[in-house]
Amino acid sequence: MEFLVSHPTITVLERHLLLYRRLWRASAFSLFVVPALFLLSMGFGVGSFVPRIGNTDYAMWIVPGLLALLAFQTAVNESTMGIYTDFEWIGAFHVMRHTRVRITDMIVGWLLYVLVVVELATVAFLVVSWAFGVPQPALVVLVAPLVCALLAVSVAAPTTAFAATVRDEGHFHLLNQFGVMPTIMVSGVFFPVGQLPAPVRPLAWISPLWHATEINRAAALDSFTAGPLTLHVAVLLAWAVLGLVWARTAFQRRLAS
Amino acid sequence: MAATTTAPGRHVAGRVLSVLERNVRATRFGPSYWVMVVAGLFEPLFYLFTIGAGIGALINRSVSYAGLSVTYPEYVAPGTLAVSTVSGVFGVSVYSFYNKLRHARVFEVILTSPVGSFEVILGELIWAVARSGLFGALFLGVMAALDLAAPLRLVLAFPAVLLVGTAFGAVGMAITTYVRGWQDFDVVTMVQTGLMLFSGTFFPVTQYPAVVTALVEALPLYHAIELLRGLALGGSGLALCGHVGYLVVMLLAGLSVTRRRMDRHLRA
Repeated sequence: MEFLVSHPTITVLERHLLLYRRLWRASAFSLFVVPALFLLSMGFGVGSFVPRIGNTDYAMWIVPGLLALLAFQTAVNESTMGIYTDFEWIGAFHVMRHTRVRITDMIVGWLLYVLVVVELATVAFLVVSWAFGVPQPALVVLVAPLVCALLAVSVAAPTTAFAATVRDEGHFHLLNQFGVMPTIMVSGVFFPVGQLPAPVRPLAWISPLWHATEINRAAALDSFTAGPLTLHVAVLLAWAVLGLVWARTAFQRRLAS
Repeated sequence: MAATTTAPGRHVAGRVLSVLERNVRATRFGPSYWVMVVAGLFEPLFYLFTIGAGIGALINRSVSYAGLSVTYPEYVAPGTLAVSTVSGVFGVSVYSFYNKLRHARVFEVILTSPVGSFEVILGELIWAVARSGLFGALFLGVMAALDLAAPLRLVLAFPAVLLVGTAFGAVGMAITTYVRGWQDFDVVTMVQTGLMLFSGTFFPVTQYPAVVTALVEALPLYHAIELLRGLALGGSGLALCGHVGYLVVMLLAGLSVTRRRMDRHLRA
């Protein structure tokens, strides 16, 4: 236990959590209030116009997607400015370099921190949707936190890598407009991918958000099939691994200079 | 552009123009500027194509609006236009304005010249509305291309886009004079998101219980959306006048508060 607590990865996690404890108010709104507002507006407001999808109520249909969306956006938001400020303004990673903390510790410690924040938001949203009267089957309560964790890593790892290469904040605006928003558009969060024009549809297959949404939705609608499930998990894992490799290279380059 | 700086005129218009000219000259029109312009246009299109087309295909029936029956994309497009006009104008009149007011201290320098505080405010407001007006015009073009409203109606909607931009720009500047630090912008974002989700952008406010409907109808974004929607789809003239009146009052109140606050801040 002593070994675990003093492991450099855990020290990095502890540093981020300590900062979060002081600054959490700034992000509380986007973590807890905005998702609830989206559920009210899209799930119930727009939902009142949408006929049932299959034999599912629209609000019920959209919640698994909103859960994945929340994990996706939280992972991106944390890993953009969070990494950028630590490199560019505070120089935290440059300082860590002079201790026994290795680059792997920096990256894994950071991703563990993102996981903590994502899980807080996921659990809060499950409670909120239950409170709004959207029933959450036991399978969702079990599966969604795991899927959101996997999605968070598969998105936070490449975003962290990208943020480590960026020297100008304006690039995050571009990431948002040309990366994040199109991904949300093609990932079947608000409407089935089948509604997209045929040439755009293949984009969903590479989107981690779509794969996570599909698993969550299968859990909610109790429509699991083994084949697609393996494929979804495989794509998410691929994103995570490639992201980690890229993050390592990006950190090495940035810290060498 | 003239090689020499225009001397601030003896007339108000000349001095407002020199504030505008400063903004034009201070902007770096490099590739990153144009990428930002493309990104600004991309955002409303994103909403139009996801919510409008995607959910529109699910809804598959007409929405009744002011006694007319319209398709869902036709219903959503003007709402999207209003939301993006407001967020476009806030980019300048809230975020840039804050930077100029508190950090770059541009206004303190300008006020040592013959230019007065009200002229600064007008110049900044015109600059903000010019950019969001450009986005608005492009978006109206897309609406016409997708046949979401009659072209003649869209031409009529353009001045309304400018009015929405001006009214929200003035109020945005007024709010910014009260902002104490970057943390306060979280509140601005929160209010903006809340207004977008519930002011009738994506579904009619008549969906709510009567009390909530009345409350939403008192909010500014509702009037911006309904003005643009009424012009695009055809609403009653009297209601349109009401929305215009609301926005004009916003504009005047915003300008007067901003002026008073700026004088107090910059003389202190």
